[in-house]
Amino acid sequence: MPSTLVIGGGPAGLAAAWAAVQTGDTVTLLDDNPALGGQIWRGEIPSRYRRFLDPRVTVRTGVQIHSAAQLPSADRIILATGTRERFLPFPGWTLPHVLGAGGLQAMVKSGLPIAGKRVVVAGSGPLLLAVAAYLRKRGAKVLLVAEQAPYARVAAFTRSLWRQPGKLLQAAQLGLGLRYRTDSWPLRAAPGSVTLQGHGVLPCDYLACGFGLVTNTELPELLGCKVESGAVITDSKQRTTVPHIYFAGAGSVDRSILEGQIAGFDLERARALYPARDAAVRFDRLLDETFQLRSELNTLATPETIICRCEDVPFSAVWQQRDWRSAKLQTRCGMGPCQGRICGPALEHLCGWPAASVRPPIFPTRLENLLDLRE
Amino acid sequence: MTTDVLIAGAGIVGAAIAAAFREEGGKCLVVEPHTVGGGATAAGMGHVVVMDDSPAQLALTEYSRRLWDALPVPPSVEREHRGTLWVAADAEEMAEVARKHALFPASEILDERALYEAEPELRPGLAGGLLVPGDSVVYAPTAASWLLRLTPVRYTAIESLTPDGALLADGTQVSAGLTILACGTGITRLLPELPIKPRKGHLAITDRYPGFLRHQLVELGYLKSAHGHSNESVAFNVQPRSTGQILIGSSRQYGDESPDIRPELLSRMLRRAVEYMPRLVDLQVIRTWTGFRAATPDSLPLIGPVRDRVWVAAGHEGLGITTSLGSAALLLDRLLGDTPAIPPEPYLPERFA
Amino acid sequence: MIAVLINGRRIDVEPGTTVAAAVMRLQAGFRRSVTGELRGPLCGMGICMECRVTLNGRPHERSCQLLCAPGMEISTDA
Repeated sequence: MPSTLVIGGGPAGLAAAWAAVQTGDTVTLLDDNPALGGQIWRGEIPSRYRRFLDPRVTVRTGVQIHSAAQLPSADRIILATGTRERFLPFPGWTLPHVLGAGGLQAMVKSGLPIAGKRVVVAGSGPLLLAVAAYLRKRGAKVLLVAEQAPYARVAAFTRSLWRQPGKLLQAAQLGLGLRYRTDSWPLRAAPGSVTLQGHGVLPCDYLACGFGLVTNTELPELLGCKVESGAVITDSKQRTTVPHIYFAGAGSVDRSILEGQIAGFDLERARALYPARDAAVRFDRLLDETFQLRSELNTLATPETIICRCEDVPFSAVWQQRDWRSAKLQTRCGMGPCQGRICGPALEHLCGWPAASVRPPIFPTRLENLLDLRE
Repeated sequence: MTTDVLIAGAGIVGAAIAAAFREEGGKCLVVEPHTVGGGATAAGMGHVVVMDDSPAQLALTEYSRRLWDALPVPPSVEREHRGTLWVAADAEEMAEVARKHALFPASEILDERALYEAEPELRPGLAGGLLVPGDSVVYAPTAASWLLRLTPVRYTAIESLTPDGALLADGTQVSAGLTILACGTGITRLLPELPIKPRKGHLAITDRYPGFLRHQLVELGYLKSAHGHSNESVAFNVQPRSTGQILIGSSRQYGDESPDIRPELLSRMLRRAVEYMPRLVDLQVIRTWTGFRAATPDSLPLIGPVRDRVWVAAGHEGLGITTSLGSAALLLDRLLGDTPAIPPEPYLPERFA
Repeated sequence: MIAVLINGRRIDVEPGTTVAAAVMRLQAGFRRSVTGELRGPLCGMGICMECRVTLNGRPHERSCQLLCAPGMEISTDA
């Protein structure tokens, strides 16, 4: 039986593993989190997708992939490494009450009590609403959802949803009762508060921020897959530029599931899903346009604002460097244990620097795990 | 454009030369295709160390170490005088300790117990060691940019050498009184006749563990493994950074010109380190990388003229950080007609002509 | 319920609680940055490294990726 290795147990990876099993493959799925479901579900997989948990799939969670040499051999590899939030530095963004939007949601899903806490959700994109709705459901007092995108663009986007009533319903449900404000973004945070553009100071227990999503391209890149402008290059069957390696799951849940299935299925069954996937990709593009980050966000960081949280490198040290490599070598920016995953996407935005090359280990790992690597 | 001295390469060697020549009032221009201190300078450990593979190596490293100590580097260079601790695994290596002790002033022989007191994380059963307190470690990329702080750097490559200077890749003709090539392994593109070969190395660095390691540790077997000219070797060589991070080396390879990590060799190198320091296994490795040392057949650099108005300073192999300052001083003495502090002959490129 | 020790203080948490969530129940700060700033989790998904703690004597463990287990001893430097 042909073997398929799936890396990542979020919506795309689960769908891919399920589809690959349907084609008769022996499937192994690896994920570095304690539970399946990815960042979006985190162990709470919605009932309509439970079928993806096929008992024929060999699942291993808590497995950190740090090097290509560590991957078990397989006839086909489907990478579903997911996305992470983009953070933009502003004064006070390193304070302990400032978390990622998805970050705070993840903490609540993994046991942080939020009932009665005052939360401001800020940044950009539909994830803000989803997070706000979730936190409210768990008892948080969501004071405001501050969306940086201009009102006109968000309004035009909402009107376009009439053509996709299902999505509209979803958006309406999410938005229900939430105070949502466009043209607003965090200017600075201080202990116990945030100052928002157009709104002033708002006392809060947590500020949950996210400025869109960044694809985790480290593992695809390490395996030699071509990556352009932060996206893994794939063909219609989700094949990357490396034979036998597929990539699925950049963007919304719907799209991720379709991409996962297309990657996992045989060609015939995959083809039937192309139109739906292409529609999902178009929808994501519309989202990207709507929630494009405005240039004012580039002026939030002051010279003293920390850009690299691992090494505490201020913006003033970084901006005079010629490129990413100089910034790394001369200021230590991006040289800490997060390996530039947080400051890299920020600097891509602030300075226009493309991401740097990738070396193993793609995650910090105990030295013991590197003692027995093979070619 | 015109300059007194055109220097190819903004690594530590080119930077040291620029700094030395500027001090004498010369107009320098440095040409660098990538980043200041971004080649072998960034890839190495930054160990300023006296080595005695040969009398000439001892002379140059000792001289250079003195020059480093006299250099008022800023805090960004992260200089620390931890001292090198040469670790002897057995009686044979203890004999080597005795030999080195005679050569290295102020060095101190450690017996088994003193060795553990100096470095409690070393495994039991080692024979002893030699502490060379004068050796230090620097963060070389910032050292290079500090040395270059007053020198213009033009970010382009040298396309070709011309009778009165060089043609740059950006189309500029530079007319120079003297051209000095200090571009490491890249030098053979311009001067293919030079006997310089890239010798690849791997390194790893950990997260911050202040206090885990106190000295720059090198196994004495390093001599057997690293300076042998076998195709592939690893040696135990770990160094504390001022951040508390630990640099772990080293590997040496000929014939592999790909910058990719060789997982098997990386593992072999790390296993060697763990043989000496078992608790390294628990430390988080945050990055690994490779670099290319510019190696010559006799393990000594090429410092001096190769053609009319063309000098070189390259082929420093693993000692470029240490010997950059000595190399620059030898070239400056030659330019000024001064008597150098050490005899320059062993490093003249003409020895391979 | 699972009992763990955080900086010597016992706390009981539901199964499925991560070490990061357990620490956050008691305190906001997880670590001191290299210049001494108080920091807590940012990404919640094992990427930003801000939630590192010392777990059973082992430093630099990402607390958001670890589930609490009985008897765990967690210490923060904040």
